[in-house]
Amino acid sequence: MLELVWLIPALPLAGFLLLVVFGRRLGEPGAGWLATAAMGGSFAATLVVFLGLIDRPGDDRFFTQTLFEWVPSGDLSVDAGFLVDPLSISFALFITGVATLIHLYSIGYMHGDPNFSKFFIYLNLFAFSMLLLVLGDNLLLTFLGWEGVGTCSYLLISFWFTDKNNASAGKKAFVTNRIGDWGFMVAMFLVFVTIGSLSYVDLLGAADGGQIAAVTATGIVLLLLVGAIGKSAQVPLFVWLPDAMAGPTPVSALIHAATMVTAGVYLLVRVNPVIASSFGWTPDVIAWVGVITALVAATIALAQNDIKKVLAYSTVSQLGFMFFAIGSGAYVAAVFHVITHAFFKALLFLGSGSVIHAMHEEQDMRRMGGLRKFLPITSVTFIIGWLAIAGVPPFAGFWSKDEILLYAWNNNVAIWAAGSLAALLTAFYMSRQVFMVFFGESRWHEPIPAEVPAAAAVADDATSEAGGNEDAEVDPETGDAEPADVPDHAEREHALPADFTPHESPWTMTLPLVVLAVPAVIAGGLNLPFTKDLHFFEHFLEPSLFGNEAVLTGGAGTKWFVAGASIVIALVGILAAAAVYLKRRLSPEPFEQKAFAEGWWIDSTFARLVGGPGTAVFNAADWFDRTIIDGTVNGVASGVRAGGTALRVLQTGLARTYALSIVVGAVLIAAWFLTRASL
Amino acid sequence: MVVTGTWYLVLSAMLFTIGGVGLLVRRNPLVMFMCIELMLNAVNLSFVTFARMLGDVDGQAVVFFVLVVAAAEVVVGLAIIVAIMRRRPRATADDLALLKG
Repeated sequence: MLELVWLIPALPLAGFLLLVVFGRRLGEPGAGWLATAAMGGSFAATLVVFLGLIDRPGDDRFFTQTLFEWVPSGDLSVDAGFLVDPLSISFALFITGVATLIHLYSIGYMHGDPNFSKFFIYLNLFAFSMLLLVLGDNLLLTFLGWEGVGTCSYLLISFWFTDKNNASAGKKAFVTNRIGDWGFMVAMFLVFVTIGSLSYVDLLGAADGGQIAAVTATGIVLLLLVGAIGKSAQVPLFVWLPDAMAGPTPVSALIHAATMVTAGVYLLVRVNPVIASSFGWTPDVIAWVGVITALVAATIALAQNDIKKVLAYSTVSQLGFMFFAIGSGAYVAAVFHVITHAFFKALLFLGSGSVIHAMHEEQDMRRMGGLRKFLPITSVTFIIGWLAIAGVPPFAGFWSKDEILLYAWNNNVAIWAAGSLAALLTAFYMSRQVFMVFFGESRWHEPIPAEVPAAAAVADDATSEAGGNEDAEVDPETGDAEPADVPDHAEREHALPADFTPHESPWTMTLPLVVLAVPAVIAGGLNLPFTKDLHFFEHFLEPSLFGNEAVLTGGAGTKWFVAGASIVIALVGILAAAAVYLKRRLSPEPFEQKAFAEGWWIDSTFARLVGGPGTAVFNAADWFDRTIIDGTVNGVASGVRAGGTALRVLQTGLARTYALSIVVGAVLIAAWFLTRASL
Repeated sequence: MVVTGTWYLVLSAMLFTIGGVGLLVRRNPLVMFMCIELMLNAVNLSFVTFARMLGDVDGQAVVFFVLVVAAAEVVVGLAIIVAIMRRRPRATADDLALLKG
């Protein structure tokens, strides 16, 4: 059954190719159903491969399939092949599962869009690239998928590219990711120079066998970390992810929450033997990057008013949790959190899409409120997602987050404390969002408080920042992609009719919500901490980790203390948010600091750096390119040209002159021979 | 008076010179063409002479090659000259300077 692994990426690829050819003809909703069917088939194939894998004994769960020799180039030989092991198949399972649901959801969400079929072309291409990333059996194939998802992310963020904000958000994501890609590429060079191969089997085998020097291993890990920081939106390269919310909401759910942004986590977990053979401080670097990201993003999320921005920063923060899990040696917990996060964050994003849909493209939470009565399915499922991310037992998020914090405690109490603070903030801002959107009284006819557009304008500074994205969504109802027809913020203040009531979304949108809500509740059962036998996921992943999982030193008391602390933290966060945003006993102002609202000025600092000194450097490079590089090339060309011009006078076009030159030549040669003969 | 090989060589040189000078001073393409033929045959004559003087038939064999090539060249050359004359009657070689640099 494992031989079917090629089907997993092949089906979305087939869907992509079919849609490229027939997409326009299939139109709506045929193209969407075809794409969804391709993803569903891919999910079924993944299930079959998964069953085949668990059918084998634990130490034999490792299977590679080589399709063909992809790059035969001297010493460098790279095969196109797949690697099936517990790690890759765990990722493939949730990727195909969540992607299928999001494809289905998109049929409803993209209803009426003029580029309906194009959207599904991109989605299928994305799914193909993502599966290539996790299933590829060498770094280069993973890199191909890595770039593929980056491209699809760019295409989908700027899907409604007629709006300048969307187009520049896409560019920002792409350019920021290039920095990370540089790290990935140099890491690949280093791997090749060191072991002469790019395949995971060779790399992991060499690292596990201790054949890679600590210095080299550290270099490889740190460079891959640069790649992961870019792709998984860690400090300081996280700035692209909040802007990526300019894309359609299913894209935010699929690419910028559930799958693509976890690629960095996948990569670092994949190379865990290399991390193990690097210097002891390398995991600490990863852990600190993660925990700082978790904290910074959580504070920023406190003060966002755009419903999708809150979720975006929350995603950044949760990715930070995964990174400090890796840094603490909690590989299982990291992957566990990737999976539970995929479920509840996709659920939250799709729920927010349903809310936005119901509110006629309104994304500002201050103009929502009381939606619980109007959107019963959306609100119940969203609340489930909220409880999961806030870390309330027995919802899925609690188990994975608690596991991470437990290992963080085991590793370094400072990281545990910072992570716990981030968890507290998570519970707080998510509760704030739920209370603002679904509880309280309806506020959709109220004007936005005056100071906010100004704040948004500051963040808008220089590049395509916050603020602008409220206007980014094109109304899928009217399907109008003309920028002139997208109402700007001021116009929309009065756009909702007086008798406006939000409406629940069609079944294609609510069904994925309901289906995703189920694992958001129960996915914690994958890896319950109570007894060793309940660590299903840990046992499953064991063969992929080469025994590099950290060992907990504390006893049961530590476990209960950390778990208790997690529960208290979650409840405190929720109750505090309730006091502020539900009961209105406290003013929200101390929580919504200006520094938070503007993302600690990180983004605007980048904009200023790139805009000021950066531009000078770029101009210098441009000058060098134009004057020195182009000057050399053009100089050679014009020299040849001048020489030709000088020589062309010899070509008189008269046959007699040519004949004369031949005769003169002949005479000279004859004279030379004759004089030489006489000597 | 004994006719030696030198006589033939001198005749060959004279024919070659006449052909060469004719090629340089005449402008009628047909005449220039005939001058080239004259030069070729002057060379042929010297080949045969040397073959005879040195007792080696290689020189005579080369003459056949020259004849064959010259025949082929005549076909192409005459066709080109006829084509030019059809388009531009009375054209001289100096008028045909389209490839001037």
